[in-house]
Amino acid sequence: MELKRLTMAVLAATLLPATAMASEVEVLHWWTSGGEAKSVAELKKMMNAKGVTWKDFAVAGGGGDNAMTALKTRVVSGNPPTAAQIKGPAIQEWGAEGVLADIDLVAKAGNWDKLLPPVVSNVMKYKGKYVAVPVNVHRVNWLWVNPEAFKKAGATVPKTWPEFFAAADKLQKAGIQPIAHGGQPWQDATLFESVALGVGGADYYRNAFVKLDKATVGGATTVKVFETLGKIKGYIDKGAAGRDWNLATAMVINGKAGMQFMGDWAKGEFTAAGKVPGKDFLCVDAPGTQNAFTFNIDSLAMFQQKSPAAVKAQADLASTVMSKDFQEVFNLNKGSIPARLDTPLAKFDDCAKKSNFDMNAASKSNKLVPSFAHKMAMPSATEGAMVDVISQFMNSKMTPQQAAERLAKASAVR
Amino acid sequence: MSASANQGLRALADRWLPKLVLSPTLAASLIFVYGFIAWTGWLSFTESRLMPRFEWAGFVQYQALFENERWWTAAANLGIFGSLFIVCCLVVGLLMAILLDQKIRAEGALRTIYLYPMALSFIVTGTAWKWMLNPDMGLQKVMNDLGFANFTFDWLVNPDMSIYTVVIAGVWQSSGFVMALFLAGLRGIDDSIIKAAQVDGASLPTIYRRILIPSLRPVFFSVLLILSHIAIKSFDLVMALTGGGPGNSSDVPAIFMYQFAFTRGQLGQGAASAMMMLFTIVAVLVPLMYMETRSAKRV
Repeated sequence: MELKRLTMAVLAATLLPATAMASEVEVLHWWTSGGEAKSVAELKKMMNAKGVTWKDFAVAGGGGDNAMTALKTRVVSGNPPTAAQIKGPAIQEWGAEGVLADIDLVAKAGNWDKLLPPVVSNVMKYKGKYVAVPVNVHRVNWLWVNPEAFKKAGATVPKTWPEFFAAADKLQKAGIQPIAHGGQPWQDATLFESVALGVGGADYYRNAFVKLDKATVGGATTVKVFETLGKIKGYIDKGAAGRDWNLATAMVINGKAGMQFMGDWAKGEFTAAGKVPGKDFLCVDAPGTQNAFTFNIDSLAMFQQKSPAAVKAQADLASTVMSKDFQEVFNLNKGSIPARLDTPLAKFDDCAKKSNFDMNAASKSNKLVPSFAHKMAMPSATEGAMVDVISQFMNSKMTPQQAAERLAKASAVR
Repeated sequence: MSASANQGLRALADRWLPKLVLSPTLAASLIFVYGFIAWTGWLSFTESRLMPRFEWAGFVQYQALFENERWWTAAANLGIFGSLFIVCCLVVGLLMAILLDQKIRAEGALRTIYLYPMALSFIVTGTAWKWMLNPDMGLQKVMNDLGFANFTFDWLVNPDMSIYTVVIAGVWQSSGFVMALFLAGLRGIDDSIIKAAQVDGASLPTIYRRILIPSLRPVFFSVLLILSHIAIKSFDLVMALTGGGPGNSSDVPAIFMYQFAFTRGQLGQGAASAMMMLFTIVAVLVPLMYMETRSAKRV
């Protein structure tokens, strides 16, 4: 009798974790800062409401680099999480490793092909099958402006590069730092990318940074882009080296600086400081990039699961992430716009509405391009090599010609 | 009966126990040090990207590495940082040891103060120095606020000088430790030698130059061994202080290796750079150890 009870207890103890794990999703992400963490908490709530336990696997820091290291360890050891925050061409790289799960059934049932713009859904598919779910669309080519500072300096909000430099001169004369910037490689690349789109246009951008045509990258337009970038360098303060992007945004918020080139996650900083879009701060297209749109899409890639229950929980996760409710609440918190086209935008602010409008317009006029500074356009090796060149240009006396040559060389790295 | 059995048992234990106790360590270091070195070496000859792959690809990764300008920046920085760091630590450490050796008051307290930085991790050192050297809030601002309006010290944000800030922070951290080693060496020297020299009329500087410092030779070797491997593997200090920036100007091989292997999906190239670091260490350490053992035999 005693022995039997013992056996039962042991059996129960060994079986319990297995059943507990069955309806559980583990999601690796690096949404850890204020607004982002709130967004993830919403997803957790929704999953819990469906009876699925949420196991948080947040790895902060390094713009996801640390999280990717953790993910590799888990995948190599044969114990991948349910889903991980992976985006852009990296989804294809993971797909090529043969570890991603096919969620085409969920996608068919939810009619995703109709709900997502083709540029977005293409990124989510590996060999024609959905392996990832998009959560949002960030626009990168924004210029954030402090209208108060502009009024003080008597400057007008720029639409073109000559207007931009005229405004920058006026700001400088008024004792205001014209451009807030953080000298970290990814921020240098973000700035470069907006300048490239503004100076060269969408076709140049696509040939150079998506198709990686070596002649275009090393060509005269790139030299012009670097010339403009070199000029911008003169309006950035010396303390920018190593500054975090949100500290640069804070400079625009307190009127210490006039403008900042940054993606729309910067909006979260403004609104957290109690600022109102259109009144206390302006979101305008980076000079010369009207109607064009560089996108940066966050997505959750699904990893192959062993037990049928885990597969079921994964499908639940995928359909929840694509639901209108989640897309709305997540993006309200994060500052981006929903990836799903039919999400109502009534609750969103003017910047988000403009972003959404511009995305549709850019999609129609073929000016919707992936952001390469945010790992959306090219393999990570190429991106790394190009960012090295850009950041070196920002921090040395390299001439625009030399920079273009070296960028062309970097574009051949695979 | 029991006495002889006991003796036999003891002999057996004497013979096997040391081997038994050491074997886990030996096995662990064989697998985790030499095994993984071999594995990294193998990876450096493959086309591994995101994940390890094991098809032989020859020297492509080394070729790509040697064509990479960033690698040469990192290597040059290692040369600058390594040589300055070692030389400065040796000079400062020895000087402090000699000064402390003068039978001064409160020596214990002073020794603790100088040794204290060693108790901090390089991350803490790097962060603290980052704040102190930041032109907008550190030393430069303090001097400017004190009225020296023209004082500038912007090495941290100056791409040509940023690697030297790493040297400053590194020397601050490690010279106290070097001092402790030298001080121990100085204390280990027989007093009667010094007394004899004094009787012969030698001045204090001469005693140090001709007798004490030359007899510290083994300490020099240990210090060199320790400092050179700290220099070559330095990662956390640079990461915390400059993050390799501005741009790549203060990049070192360890950061290069980490970024290529783990964040850029170029595991093969990362492995190749790791092997190059290993070769650097071997190139420095093998001659040093050879000289050390030869001098030991001669004595």
